[in-house]
Amino acid sequence: MIRLAKYLRPFVLFIAAALVLVYLQAWAELSLPNLMAEIVDKGIVRGDTALIWRVGGRMLLVTLGGTVAAVIGGFLSARISSGFGRDLRNRVFAHVQEFSLREFDKFGTASLITRTTNDISQVQQVVQMSLTMVVRAPMMFLGGVMMTTARDPRLSLTLLAVLPVIIGAITFVTKKGMPMFKAMQKKLDKLNLVLRENLTGIRVIRAFNRTDYEAARFNDANRDLTQTALRVQRIMAVLMPIMMLTMNLIAIAIIWIGSHRIDTGLLEVGGLMAFIQYSMHILMSLVMVSMIFVMLPRASASADRINEVLECVPSIADPVATGTTVATGTTADAGMVSGDAEASQPAKEPETAKKPDEQAEESRQARGARLEFRDVTFSYPGAEAPAIRNISFEANPGEVTAIIGGTGSGKSTLVNLIPRFYDVDSGVILMDGVDIRQMTQEELRARIGLVPQKAVLFTGSVADNIRFGKEDASIEEVTRAAEVAQAREFISEMQQGFDSPISQGGTNVSGGQRQRLAIARALVRKPDILIFDDSFSALDYRTDARLRAALREYTRDATVLIVAQRVATVMDADRIIVLDEGRLVGNGTHKQLMETCEVYREIVLSQLSEEEVA
Amino acid sequence: MSDRRHESYGRPDGARPGSRLPEAQAGRPGPQRPFGGPMGGPGRGRRMLMPGEKPKDFRGTLKRLIKYLWPRRWQLATVFFFAALSTVFSILSPKVMGKATTKLLEGVMMKMAGVPGASIDFEYIRNVLLTLVALYALSTLFNYIQHFVMAGVAQSTVYQMRKDVMAKLSRLPLKYFDSRTHGEILSRVVNDVDMVSSTLPQSLTQLITASVTLVGTAVMMLSISPLLTLITVVTLPLSVLVTMGVAKRSQGYFMGQARTLGELNGHVEEMYTGHKLVKAFGRESQSIQAFKEINERLYENGWRAQFMASIMFPLMGFVNNLGYVIVSVAGGLLVMRQAIAIGDIQAFINYSRQFTQPISQTANIANIIQSTVASAERVFEVLDEAEEAPDKEDAPVLQDVKGLVEFKDVRFRYKEDVPLIENLSITAKPGQTIAIVGPTGAGKTTLVNLLMRFYEVNDGVIALDGYNITELRRGDLRTKFGMVLQDTWLFNGTIRDNIAYGRPGATMEEIVAAAKTARADHFIRTLPEGYETVLNEEASNISQGQMQLLTIARAVLADPAILILDEATSSVDTRTELLVQEAMQELMKGRTSFVIAHRLSTVRNADLILVMDNGTIVEQGKHHELLAKGGFYAELYNSQFYGREREKRAG
Repeated sequence: MIRLAKYLRPFVLFIAAALVLVYLQAWAELSLPNLMAEIVDKGIVRGDTALIWRVGGRMLLVTLGGTVAAVIGGFLSARISSGFGRDLRNRVFAHVQEFSLREFDKFGTASLITRTTNDISQVQQVVQMSLTMVVRAPMMFLGGVMMTTARDPRLSLTLLAVLPVIIGAITFVTKKGMPMFKAMQKKLDKLNLVLRENLTGIRVIRAFNRTDYEAARFNDANRDLTQTALRVQRIMAVLMPIMMLTMNLIAIAIIWIGSHRIDTGLLEVGGLMAFIQYSMHILMSLVMVSMIFVMLPRASASADRINEVLECVPSIADPVATGTTVATGTTADAGMVSGDAEASQPAKEPETAKKPDEQAEESRQARGARLEFRDVTFSYPGAEAPAIRNISFEANPGEVTAIIGGTGSGKSTLVNLIPRFYDVDSGVILMDGVDIRQMTQEELRARIGLVPQKAVLFTGSVADNIRFGKEDASIEEVTRAAEVAQAREFISEMQQGFDSPISQGGTNVSGGQRQRLAIARALVRKPDILIFDDSFSALDYRTDARLRAALREYTRDATVLIVAQRVATVMDADRIIVLDEGRLVGNGTHKQLMETCEVYREIVLSQLSEEEVA
Repeated sequence: MSDRRHESYGRPDGARPGSRLPEAQAGRPGPQRPFGGPMGGPGRGRRMLMPGEKPKDFRGTLKRLIKYLWPRRWQLATVFFFAALSTVFSILSPKVMGKATTKLLEGVMMKMAGVPGASIDFEYIRNVLLTLVALYALSTLFNYIQHFVMAGVAQSTVYQMRKDVMAKLSRLPLKYFDSRTHGEILSRVVNDVDMVSSTLPQSLTQLITASVTLVGTAVMMLSISPLLTLITVVTLPLSVLVTMGVAKRSQGYFMGQARTLGELNGHVEEMYTGHKLVKAFGRESQSIQAFKEINERLYENGWRAQFMASIMFPLMGFVNNLGYVIVSVAGGLLVMRQAIAIGDIQAFINYSRQFTQPISQTANIANIIQSTVASAERVFEVLDEAEEAPDKEDAPVLQDVKGLVEFKDVRFRYKEDVPLIENLSITAKPGQTIAIVGPTGAGKTTLVNLLMRFYEVNDGVIALDGYNITELRRGDLRTKFGMVLQDTWLFNGTIRDNIAYGRPGATMEEIVAAAKTARADHFIRTLPEGYETVLNEEASNISQGQMQLLTIARAVLADPAILILDEATSSVDTRTELLVQEAMQELMKGRTSFVIAHRLSTVRNADLILVMDNGTIVEQGKHHELLAKGGFYAELYNSQFYGREREKRAG
């Protein structure tokens, strides 16, 4: 919590002012009973009307002053806490944007979302409360104690009797109440789980005619939750009345003891009345303190979670040296692996040879990039075995390189390494001969078009989503990309065409449509390297085939990588990489692999019936 | 499932965020609620200013709501009774306490005046104080009884309401679920129900206490001094004015805050879940820019809203103190003229403080009740949805189903004005395989929906063994079908329970036998806990293919006469896919099967191929017939299986 305090630094002056105002406000509040006592003891008892008016006027001024202080204080604390929340949110969000997937894996997306939103709100609320309640409560408490002690030190000892009750209440809430609330939350989660399962599995439940069984299951969870909630509520219901009773009994005790002290002339009646009011202030501030005790642990847990995010250093950083603007085929770079200088040269040639006739056609055409994996090994943090090991292969411009293998064979991991979502453990990945770790992330990724496994779309129009790939794409470019991605047809069927809205996550279009839009998004960049990470799974064979045909035309010179499950998708590739449990077990064309690669043959046979292959 | 979405992407509520659930949860933190209520404090002011959601039909819904509480009227009456009693007792106490002070001052004054033998009447004071102890104790007791009973009422209402909604959901047609997001339904069943049953009884009690307090204090004040009461009442319009004024101004800010917060959360969620893409396309700075812009707006609305909320308390306090000062001064003057006792002034001050409380409280309650009723309305909307037509009482019971399925002139549309299936007639003889082929989004699941009576046909008849399926009990009909769909559904329980789902009460031997037939036995045994392995929430502890094997095992155990299979096995690893295929073949033996086909072998060997496009069946017939026809199927076949054909030639 303390560590977040530095985000309050811009508001130091405001905070100081707010604290002064809180002090003024408390002071005003505390003077009122004293003034009233004056009215009783000096005015009423002595019959001094003028004094009553005078003191009354003073009371009015004091209360007005207190109110003004409170309003300004409220203004300041609202600005401070909101400003603090805003700055912290900006900071956390910007920081998270720098995270690589490794950090996302570490925290979990859902957790990161909570940390950026709820946790910050939680802390912001505490800041707001600190500026009002937390500062005020001890002030009122101390003030009250001082006032009562000044009036009658011995009588004020009576107040000590309250302490055990308050402490008891606080320990009760933290020790007993909190676990019960947690238990209740768990049961509520359970109920939600059953309900969610019922919604997602509704067809299955009805198909197996198990509605009654599900109702019983829901009912169990429901009853369980109800019983716990009931117990919690009933126990918590004791708390407040007991606190109130204690306060009232204390007041009675004060009157009783106080009256005896008045009898002996140690106290005046007005003084007693004031004393009771101060006692109430003291008790109220104690109640507030107990509330703070309840809130603080939650907020500090939030603060810790935020700090974890802020202190987490992104594992992937850009090269420190400036001027690493690595142009294609720069050989003199420090990060160059020895022996690479020669290797990178040939890559350059076909490229330059092809260039002229293409640039006539369109302003920027993908020129492709030679991609090379050299003995790459990578394991996920905490994993026992590497996800991929000792992978070496090359993918060339104008070629389609397909990667196939079973689930968990490391296909997605492999392509995730190319845009540096993760960094390799050993070995190197070279792009036109340059270690990709020697390029800035921006530079590297600008040359890559990725179609991920899960087609995520963003809120906005269809065109916005395609332009996500290239912000300044003209409508012609967008249309062309959509056409190649076989998305043109369904887009034109939508009511507003390219301006049709896409809801969050793209839930208002079908899976296959989402995937095609995701493809269009990558295509519009005209990237040098185009990566399809199992992006055709939601497409039927016909669309799949058409798309690949159109793609060939569109991406002529780009380096295309296709991760796939379907044999039909990869069969015409120039090169097929076969992965099995993280190892490369085959590299060649379909024909070659059918003869040489056992794993590949097995995959093919599993998808095409024996008679089709034979 | 994707077909379904295709049909409904234009639906009007598509833009409605399904994310109301998390937001609402964040807004109402469960665990702290018990503190928020009675302790009031700064939280109360804020809640009071929050604009509630407005119900469409306030009166009607409120009436139904009261009807809902009717069975618990006696408990509620008890609650109200004790609440009122507790309030009355606490109202009496200042007056009683005042008596002690008066006696005290009397004694002091007499002593000062030098009256001989004058002393403070301690006996009297003691009696008064003992009465007070009794009053407070009783008030506390009644207060507790009220809370205790109320907790019971609230919880049993919430229990009943959830149960009713759940029962209702099980009677609703699939159409209802298909046209809404899960989040939306969840939010109604969980949040809205919770809101209604927890806030309604509470706010009703508060309404009772508030009005009792208002009347009670007014009476007490009048009984002490009509003149002082008049003076106090003067401050009343002031406090109403303050409340209204602040509330009105802040509403806009609070709404703006809620809206921008929703926007901000949406942006965060979107950018974080799409982080990979943001990185891949280098859009970090745009994303940050957008975030900053929303955040700034949140700040502008937020601090104003918070400021408004924070000045509510001091302003009300000022009005209170104003009254306090006036009462002190006026009271002092009155006491001097012997028109009123000092203890009464003390009591009066207490009363005048209590007096303004119920006013701001009522404004608060009115707001809460408004949003409660809005929640209730949403719950009632669910309860009012049209249900599936009930099963016929005298429905024939199917035994030994042979598996003859006939479609006769079936017409079906999801939307009245969009034609889908028109005059479809097909016959599947027992044991035959019907392959359904077509491009993505062709509406293949529609046939499944009709066969299983998830949706009812608009016209025509679907018959099973000669019985019109609408004549049969749905449960009876559905158990005759086995369904293995692409989106495998397993629940949070053991593997054994999940397989046994197909037939409750199956023995362990039967379960293992089914798993063996489904080629699932082997992998289950490799799991550390075998059949007792508990599948976690997303069933992420087993692979997609293994999940599919389990659903096949489930279907095997259920031993249905007719099968509905979806062959698509994307993202299944190849070896498991081989097993899945084998298991499906095994399962199809001797059963009438409807297969959403992705494999050439299935298509070629099918007894009937239904070719679907854009939701309608465009062609039907056998493989060679359709190929010879050279129509849509031929084109589909040539493109879809082109690679394979080439492979065939090559091999």
